[in-house]
Amino acid sequence: MLSRIKRCLRGGGLIAFLALSGGFGPSFVSAEDATVASATVQAPADGGLTEKLAAIEQGLADRKVVADTLWVLVTAFLVFWMNAGFALVESGMCRAKNAVNILSKNFIVFAVSSLAFYVLGWGLMFGDGNGFMGLKGLFMLSGADNSPATGSAYQGVYSAINWTGVPLSAKFFFQLVFAGTAATIVSGCVAERIKYISFIAFSFLLVGFAYPITGKWIWGGGWLAQKGFWDFAGSTAVHTVGGVAGLAGILLLGPRLGKYRADGTANGIPGHNLTAATLGCLILWLGWFGFNPGSTMAADPGAISHILNTTNLAAAAGLLTATITAWILLGKPDLGMTINGCLAGLVAITAPCAYVTFPAALLIGGIGGVLVVFAVLFFDKIKIDDPVGALAVHLTNGVWGTLAVGLFAVDKITGVGTGNGLFYGGGFKLLGVQILGSVSVIAFTLVVSLIFWAIVKATLGMRVTRDEEIRGLDIDEHGMEAYAGFQIYMTEYGLAPVGGKDSEPEPAKAGR
Amino acid sequence: MKLIIAMVQPHKVAEVKKALDDANIHLMTVTNVLGSGRQKGYTESFRGAKMEVNLLKKVRFDIAVNDDFVEPAIGAITKAARSGNIGDGKIFVVPLEQCVRIRTGEKGSAAIG
Repeated sequence: MLSRIKRCLRGGGLIAFLALSGGFGPSFVSAEDATVASATVQAPADGGLTEKLAAIEQGLADRKVVADTLWVLVTAFLVFWMNAGFALVESGMCRAKNAVNILSKNFIVFAVSSLAFYVLGWGLMFGDGNGFMGLKGLFMLSGADNSPATGSAYQGVYSAINWTGVPLSAKFFFQLVFAGTAATIVSGCVAERIKYISFIAFSFLLVGFAYPITGKWIWGGGWLAQKGFWDFAGSTAVHTVGGVAGLAGILLLGPRLGKYRADGTANGIPGHNLTAATLGCLILWLGWFGFNPGSTMAADPGAISHILNTTNLAAAAGLLTATITAWILLGKPDLGMTINGCLAGLVAITAPCAYVTFPAALLIGGIGGVLVVFAVLFFDKIKIDDPVGALAVHLTNGVWGTLAVGLFAVDKITGVGTGNGLFYGGGFKLLGVQILGSVSVIAFTLVVSLIFWAIVKATLGMRVTRDEEIRGLDIDEHGMEAYAGFQIYMTEYGLAPVGGKDSEPEPAKAGR
Repeated sequence: MKLIIAMVQPHKVAEVKKALDDANIHLMTVTNVLGSGRQKGYTESFRGAKMEVNLLKKVRFDIAVNDDFVEPAIGAITKAARSGNIGDGKIFVVPLEQCVRIRTGEKGSAAIG
């Protein structure tokens, strides 16, 4: 092995070295062996050899950077691909007449997020500053930085994220795809009635200003992090924030036409393509294998494998319990609930994935799957019209996952010193901090989102006109149809009104 | 016997159906149709190339009734489908020569209801 390394170093270039050592399979183990070997062979007074060994040690350190960077970037690619998942889930669960609009929103939102997070979001979230927000290196990654140096060797203004030994641009891209995910969640909540331009404007504000501030609290060394709040991959930082921002939008938008009957009961408005929705959910499930294991931001074999399995088990459990719950409660195994159950399990395990055992992950996901069914029915009942169930998935289970850390955490199970949760003898300390974090992030995001939506509403307007909503957003917002040449049934909502006419706003009042 | 043919706005279907039910008229055929009336069309485009869409989506009710149900049916449809805007639709009433219930072979008025 050693001779191979030497040959390689003479040949120059880490890439060649990596190629020779056969990628990242067993050679990880041999990297450690080589370090040990270098320590023991140091004794000979051969000057040339000492130099070569130093070079080898440097090469091994560089190789860790390569491995970590590849891991961070590949998982970031998976999270990026979740945009496709969200686009398919959301458009599939809405009506054909709005498909172009929903696909457009899910598509453009990552471009908007990229811009907003680059221009300001990153700096607010990770720039050195106070416990509330970043103040240094705010704009366009402009701060000093000597990544991939870590810990005390790090010199720069993004010290909150100096624990991972990857280049700054890798850290940025990884965090960007998470910010984009938060913005995508909002799209589902406000679907089928929001003006395209208003959604775009809000997404920019959310990713540029609101998401990074709560992100700073949690992941940027802010006040919650200092209090010992743990959210490994973002049940709170991403999913709760996205859900609350969407909730604020729903509160100002009101329900879709025809969603509620005159007697106040909810109409079902079926999605038009469950094939798309199912594929989308599977893409999201795959994406989560980047979302959670990638949040190690290091190719730590034990940790990433552990997290992969907690993630998968929770998804499986959520999928099953939601299906069973729907089967018992509603009489049939509703595929929409199955999809939401899978996503609920994934959202719930996002915060605790690195802190809990496999059985705990099953339990966390399983409870998430039950919660999501009741939450969907609950939001329908209180006239919060959430077309794709995004609140039940991301808000309800974002909160549940965050609290689950306080219940199920096992100290240092993957090396992170969270302290034990309530069920592992840690008492209420961790749970208390988790509750505090969840509540404060919800409160802040709700207030700021309501303000942002109000600004958008006052300047650009928020809801499409009544006629436009009836005809479909595709034709009036985009001038095209998703399924030109197909016959789309236009009778889809309120097929069986109970208790009189559908409750529709007066034409004069709609549209604002 | 008359055949009532009504074209209404797609989003009014539920209300029309309910109003007909309330008027004790339960049997009908409903189809999606395209048509043009006085309502103007709209413009669609595909990658920048525009096209005029003049045929708009409507829903058609075909209801066969005995004579004494004609006015109640027209009243129910009109009341439920009217918004006062252009595009609310039309109702045609035509004489119906025969009606046969396939299952029993009944004919005429007995077969209609």
